[in-house]
Amino acid sequence: MSYLNSIWRNEQSRGILIQIFVLAGVFALFSWLISNVISNFASLNKGFGFDFLLLPAGYDINQTLIEYTNRSTHLQAAVVGLLNTFLVAAVGVVLATLLGFILGVARLSRNWLVSKLAYIYIEFTRNVPVLLHILLWHGIIVNTMPHPRNALTIGEVLFLTNRGLYVPKPIAETGIWLVWLGFVAALFFSVGFARYARARQHQSGVQLPVFRVNLAICILLPLLAFFAAGQPISLSFPALKGFNFRGGIQLPPEFVALTFALSIYTAAFIGEIVRAGIIAVDKGQREAAEAIGLRPSQVMNEVILPQARRIIIPPLTSQYLNLTKNSSLAIAIGYMDILATLGGITLNQTGREMETMLMVMGIYLIISLLISAFMNWYNSRVRLVGR
Amino acid sequence: MASLRSQSHKGYVAKASLPALPPPLGTRGLVGWLRQNLFYNITNSLMTIVIVLLLWLLISSSSGWFVFDAVVQGSSKQECLQIDSGACWAVIGKRIDQFMFGFYPEAERWRPLICFFLLFVAIGPLLLPSFPARRQMLWFSAFYPVLAGVLLLGGVFGLPPVKTALFGGFMLTLIVGVTGIVASLPLGILLALGRQSRLLAVRTLSIMFIELMRGVPLITLLFVASTMLNYFLPPGTHFDLLLRVLIMVTLFSAAYIAEVIRGGLQAIPAGQYEAAQAIGLDYWQTTRLITLPQALKISIPGIVNTFIGLYKDTTLVIVIGLLDPLGIGRAALADANWNGLSNEIYLFVALFFFVSCFAMSRYSIWLEKRLATEHR
Repeated sequence: MSYLNSIWRNEQSRGILIQIFVLAGVFALFSWLISNVISNFASLNKGFGFDFLLLPAGYDINQTLIEYTNRSTHLQAAVVGLLNTFLVAAVGVVLATLLGFILGVARLSRNWLVSKLAYIYIEFTRNVPVLLHILLWHGIIVNTMPHPRNALTIGEVLFLTNRGLYVPKPIAETGIWLVWLGFVAALFFSVGFARYARARQHQSGVQLPVFRVNLAICILLPLLAFFAAGQPISLSFPALKGFNFRGGIQLPPEFVALTFALSIYTAAFIGEIVRAGIIAVDKGQREAAEAIGLRPSQVMNEVILPQARRIIIPPLTSQYLNLTKNSSLAIAIGYMDILATLGGITLNQTGREMETMLMVMGIYLIISLLISAFMNWYNSRVRLVGR
Repeated sequence: MASLRSQSHKGYVAKASLPALPPPLGTRGLVGWLRQNLFYNITNSLMTIVIVLLLWLLISSSSGWFVFDAVVQGSSKQECLQIDSGACWAVIGKRIDQFMFGFYPEAERWRPLICFFLLFVAIGPLLLPSFPARRQMLWFSAFYPVLAGVLLLGGVFGLPPVKTALFGGFMLTLIVGVTGIVASLPLGILLALGRQSRLLAVRTLSIMFIELMRGVPLITLLFVASTMLNYFLPPGTHFDLLLRVLIMVTLFSAAYIAEVIRGGLQAIPAGQYEAAQAIGLDYWQTTRLITLPQALKISIPGIVNTFIGLYKDTTLVIVIGLLDPLGIGRAALADANWNGLSNEIYLFVALFFFVSCFAMSRYSIWLEKRLATEHR
């Protein structure tokens, strides 16, 4: 008895004992769960395997980025769904970042009206569930937007109807490679020039107009190539034919509503993050920068932003991750993302709940682990080296 | 020289200092405020004017739909349209009972109502330090979950039992939200401590659980709860759907709470741990008396934000067929009489969520200010 007592009193042996108990408990729980699964599957005559992925899917998907028909396999349907998820996430991240930075700066504006409007927008948006945003915007497009015949239009180029948004579609012709080449060359030049300018600034303190030069190159070079190759890109404009639009790209109402709702919702959070990041930079930094005679743009670009960035980026990344995960709410309005294809229709058709849900959760888990790995790397790179 | 000195100035000599003049007209009062905040240079004046114009356009074009052309009486969308062209708020009035209680039996609705009012009595002493008889009332708070469960479910003390499948509306939102919040805080604290533990097995398991829960969307966990959980239990086990949802929501939000509290724990200076060890406290005493109180105080904004997120996420239960306000609204939209009134219904539900979430975030700001005892 006293021997056992002495084991428990010793910190090291107690730690080992506790860990053994915990591991045994977890092991027992998992073996119980798995044995339940096995006996349940046996009584239902169900197997476990991923061969169903190669069977024909048999359902249509209204928005596909790659070749897909209802005779394609479940695996292809899943890939289409995953690409749709990425599409919403990518467009949403860009829009949310733009709107979010505008909101963050507007919130700090000296103009009372601007800052109060940004505040009202942020509070009203982030205090309402994102699912409600998605359903509301979907409802607005489907129930309130006009029929194609009375479409709302911006310069006869964009058309907004209850069947979605119609935008012009660029069509590549022969000679397009020259434009791509011009683009890649401009990109290389920009990176090189930025490095050169930075090195020169470190040496001599002279600043070159990097942004303006690079912007000009990135626009002019591809444009030059475009004309040199004989204008190899043409636009197909949407036009009303009968009851619907022909030509152009049709963005279905589900896509428009989902992307828009996710963007404006996430932008409210990003706005607050940007504001907090700018405020967090010490006041003395701005004052010192102004005192040594930097221009307002230099104060912002060379002093405030590099320090604010360190504070802004980590929460910003987790907002991007949230946006990507929230895109799974697409299933509520019928947008065919990875959850709606693999975890929705494929699950219902094949009855493989276990396999499909494991795959869907695995995919989301991989995405989020990749993003957190990036975040950790970034954090360790920009961290202030303290004592 | 002497004559010069004696020569006195016969001018006006003030005996007392004059009262200060008010600042110039342009820098005080309404005019000054306007100048400083709205018209302090040309760009800003232009911006102000454009915004005012846009706001005026927005308000004048939408107020008709919201208020002046809106219909509050009627029994279908067609009837509303015959009366006026604006919003058809009649649908809210006709369905308000369902929005509040779902399909809870009409004769028993006093029970959720009593629960709702007692909820404030129960959370009052937790939230407000100046609550009357706080110490005694905390016992009531501890007892409240049992009381609410008995009242809502019935089946004892002569209360007729009510199935959880009939729960719905704002009542369901509050049940899922409050249960999730109350249950996830202790679990989140344990997970945060587990993640900081020196024991490798405990730490690894905590990290795995937290990363798994945070890595997948809540909606997939709800799917698992509704479609797959039966496979993991012995054959023939019946498990209430609402209970499964509550468990999943709690686990999900506990992982987020754990990360917030971990941030708080990491922010505590190492000297605090060392001092606690030096005066001979063991691990649990250190945690309970020294580190956790400080960590919780730092993490309050994050915790409340997580709670607000959880509360908003309760809407996801519609995807697995529970009827929260959003689900009730969708059911009303499926009714041929109200088909197409999505704007009215969703805006009404949005208002409900806005009011409750905004109140929570205001409370968090108030608490933060009250607890800010250092770094003034």
